[in-house]
Amino acid sequence: MTRCYYRSNSIRKIRMPIIETDHLTKTFDGFTAVKDISLSVEEGEIFGFLGPNGAGKTTTIKMLTTLLRPTKGKATIDGADIITQRDKVRKSIGVVFQEPALDIELTGKENLDYHARMYGIGRDTRKRRIHDVLSLVDLTEKQDVLVKTYSGGMKRRLEIARGLMHNPTVLFLDEPTLGLDAQTRQAIWAYIRKMNKDYHTTIFLTTHYMDEADFLCDRVAIIDKGSILVVDDIKTLKNLVGNDIITISSSDNKNIITNMLKNNWVKNYEVHDDHIQLGVEKGDEKIPLIIQQAQSLGIQVRSISVRKPTLDDVFLHYTGRSIRQEHTDQAEKLIPPRFRFRGSHR
Amino acid sequence: MNHIELQAIYVMWLRHMKRFIRSKSRLVSTIAQPLFFLFILGSGFRIATFEGLSVDYLSFLAPGVISMSILFSSMFTGVSVLWDKQFGFLQEVLVAPVSRFSIIFGRTLGGATTALIQGFIILAIALALGVRIAGIANLLMTIVFMILIAFSAVGFGLTVATKLEDFEGFQLIMNLLIMPLLFLSSAFFPVTQQPILHTIALFNPLFYMVDGLRGSLLGTAHIYPLPIDFIIVLCFCIAMLGIGSYSFHKSEI
Repeated sequence: MTRCYYRSNSIRKIRMPIIETDHLTKTFDGFTAVKDISLSVEEGEIFGFLGPNGAGKTTTIKMLTTLLRPTKGKATIDGADIITQRDKVRKSIGVVFQEPALDIELTGKENLDYHARMYGIGRDTRKRRIHDVLSLVDLTEKQDVLVKTYSGGMKRRLEIARGLMHNPTVLFLDEPTLGLDAQTRQAIWAYIRKMNKDYHTTIFLTTHYMDEADFLCDRVAIIDKGSILVVDDIKTLKNLVGNDIITISSSDNKNIITNMLKNNWVKNYEVHDDHIQLGVEKGDEKIPLIIQQAQSLGIQVRSISVRKPTLDDVFLHYTGRSIRQEHTDQAEKLIPPRFRFRGSHR
Repeated sequence: MNHIELQAIYVMWLRHMKRFIRSKSRLVSTIAQPLFFLFILGSGFRIATFEGLSVDYLSFLAPGVISMSILFSSMFTGVSVLWDKQFGFLQEVLVAPVSRFSIIFGRTLGGATTALIQGFIILAIALALGVRIAGIANLLMTIVFMILIAFSAVGFGLTVATKLEDFEGFQLIMNLLIMPLLFLSSAFFPVTQQPILHTIALFNPLFYMVDGLRGSLLGTAHIYPLPIDFIIVLCFCIAMLGIGSYSFHKSEI
């Protein structure tokens, strides 16, 4: 497994970096939303920007797509500077924003056609591209219907199709499946993978869904409070936490952890209020050992379980808190004001 | 100006026209409201006599109502940038490789076109009710004033839209600023007979718009000579468009 990772890494080194940022920083009235972000995204990869709400993901995307001016630092997309060569950057990128950005009083086809015109695509190419992207996202039958009658998932698909209209080198997706049901999310994941494969589009996506990053991305950057904590491919990140995670709840968690650390097979550990976590290899085989050791110490094990690590464990490892926890706390704030307004407006 | 910029202007204009044609309720309300003014005020005040009024009241009122309908419609277009901002569509336009100027210009053209269409509908109805245009040259001057009023109001609307966060603010501006200015503009009754109102009117750009449009259309019943009205309205129009596109240019998402 480890060898496999190094091999893929060496292949990647031949690829060209397509997005490069250098100490990108954005400050709003003294509040630093994005702090010293330096990263490089390579051609043809699906790169994930993973972090809780308010971590600075959207601000970063807005800077990279020329909508916001960075306070400090710089970035290039396909060699073009995001501050001094805005038009060049705009030509080579496609963006799907977090908030729907469609004209709902127009039909799906009109939305695509107007978009293509603004990118200077000629009539014949326009027709062909509209046909292509609509069939990619299965919206051909709905093309002449006003967008306001579309479902949430259909709107999202249309936006993704629109992002692809002008064959961008990089496609930015800001929380592509926010607020969609499980089935639609999976369909959208399939489209994202397909366009990455068929058009060789580099994809930069932000998400706070661990499973989304896990399923789609080659590499992720974990971002929290405006700073990048780590950038690596998912396999390496998970290995860092341990191949398997054992969760133990016992009558004396403190005692058990001090003794467990004497075992050289414990790669890392976390102590929580009511349980402890150990990162180990071959977790199944370690369970009997743990129970044995606990019994010899006279500690009663209440429960013990083993599971594969998730990106959430990685996030926890770096920040000391769970991204899921974060989101239950913020469930109220999760709906942006724009959406709330939208609900009452119609 | 290259091909892409022309396309962008065209797209912004076309989008506006399509939305206008499809939005039946807006079409009905923007035409119905001026018609109510025309019919109700027109028949209600027909028997009233205003000192120094050289034409019948309906003829006096028609240019005022046309101005009002163009003003409201254009201002609405300018402010509708707020809608695009709220619904996120503005971002889509702003990441396109076209200049902000083309976006704003296309939009302004679209707003002015729809406002003029409405203005012409009211004008046609007024003509059918017996208002007389003084001549061909007068019709042309009328159109010039209508265009200037439309562009000024779109510019004003844009400025307001970039400063406002929500629609309640727009309502406030309509009720507390535009309505009083409109009543003091001689759109519905002559204001120059009373010294205080006349003095206020001198500082009211809407007054020169209405006065100019009335003078152009009827060839009479206006207070100031047409060139004076024209120059003041033209300057105001340029200023509004300038401020409007500057504020739009400066605004960040």
